[in-house]
Amino acid sequence: MTAMIDINNAEKTFIMHLQGGVQLPVVRGVSFQVKAGECVVLSGPSGVGKSSILKMIFGNYRCDGGRINIRHDGAQIDLAKAEPRQILSIRRATIGYVSQFLRAVPRVATIDVVAEPLIVNAVARPEARERAGQLLRRLNIPERLWALPPSTFSGGEQQRVNIARGFISDLPILLLDEPTASLDAANRAVVVELIGKKKHAGVAMVAIVHDDEIRHLIADRVVDVTSFAAAA
Amino acid sequence: MAENGIAVDYDQPLLVADRLSKTYGRLVACRDVSFALYPGEVLAVVGESGSGKTTLLQLLSAQLAPSAGHVSYRMRDGVRRDLETLGEAERRFLFRTDWGYVHQDPALGLRMAVSAGANVGERLMAVGWNNYGNIRNTASSWLERVEIDIDRIDDAPRTYSGGMRQRLQIARNLVTEPRLVFMDEPTGGLDVSVQARLLDLMRNLVSELNLAAVVVTHDLAVARLLSHRVMVMKGGRVIETGLTDQVLDDPREPYTQLLVSSILPA
Repeated sequence: MTAMIDINNAEKTFIMHLQGGVQLPVVRGVSFQVKAGECVVLSGPSGVGKSSILKMIFGNYRCDGGRINIRHDGAQIDLAKAEPRQILSIRRATIGYVSQFLRAVPRVATIDVVAEPLIVNAVARPEARERAGQLLRRLNIPERLWALPPSTFSGGEQQRVNIARGFISDLPILLLDEPTASLDAANRAVVVELIGKKKHAGVAMVAIVHDDEIRHLIADRVVDVTSFAAAA
Repeated sequence: MAENGIAVDYDQPLLVADRLSKTYGRLVACRDVSFALYPGEVLAVVGESGSGKTTLLQLLSAQLAPSAGHVSYRMRDGVRRDLETLGEAERRFLFRTDWGYVHQDPALGLRMAVSAGANVGERLMAVGWNNYGNIRNTASSWLERVEIDIDRIDDAPRTYSGGMRQRLQIARNLVTEPRLVFMDEPTGGLDVSVQARLLDLMRNLVSELNLAAVVVTHDLAVARLLSHRVMVMKGGRVIETGLTDQVLDDPREPYTQLLVSSILPA
């Protein structure tokens, strides 16, 4: 079976020009694969570069060396060298990213925030909202809040809106950055179940989770990022 | 692909700048700028005052002639033409129909003493609309889209607030369904709350109408919310370019790092 994500020798260094050009090596020699239907959990202490790797796979951080091959639209594309237009097309059709924090657009209703990834992929608005509503209900966001913009919600509610937005689409790759961090036990269980469904549907996932119990429940494989840490 | 009889090809650039330069005597306002803009793509040009952003916008929109280099635009028939070789009629067509230009100061883009409805209707009449009822209906539906109360349709924009004027200017520009819009600091000079509303409105319109846009701004938050791609200018040159979130979250050049680190936390 072909890998959905195939990372080979990827590396990242920050150069801080405002601090006299200090070089801050983040990771080097990052190599692993993720197949369809598989959830790989990145492990290692905080500051070791887990989130940076996730951001590199999303094209948010630039990759200074190596390859990040993504299976997109039946072909392999090296994200490390892709044009902005290609990265945008990959994000629309292939890779979803659930960040720790919701970057809310002012004035947009919660239900539309969640439905948006479907709408950009040409799903009709009523159907997109219907599916958004199902997920929000599943994640225990009361219906009276759906018409409000999420910016006034609590941290946990915002994260659940973010999860709904990340899980609504049928993208073949999902990147999860601490999806359960500020959730209570009941909602954590819902997220575990949603991840299980995605696996079943053949979605390739890379996740960062600090909670051991959740990791045991979702990980098919653990990749220890400590071995990629570039800091001396 | 064809849409309303217009050739739409998303793999062909709409606007291409090829080594554009503009000098005023010994002063270089803009040097060697090249890029391609595709249909539906929003490009933000960021940099401080005097970095050459507005000069670039004027070169791209044929308001200034370049000292060197070329700008070409894909006309509705699918053929890309050098702006300098266009005839007067073709140039007028671009300005009146296929392009929009949103000024920072709405007074430059509006006629302040005639009614809001006439401001929007005028662009339609310029392209041959002559039925009063149709013009008024279309103008009202556009005022509604930019969230201006229909009761104000007969008032002149000089009686409007700054935010309303800017929304009216946007309606006037978009009523002819342009494919490309140039915006020069569209939210400059507005209160923060008014800015947020305008940005949200522009973001929706751009995606609904699949507009391509070049947005000049010194406000990185505007670039983040509105654009797909960013070009950072300094001293007339493009010093860094890339996907918007990539340039803002992982800036490489010293000047870009300075710009990003200078944002005050809310």
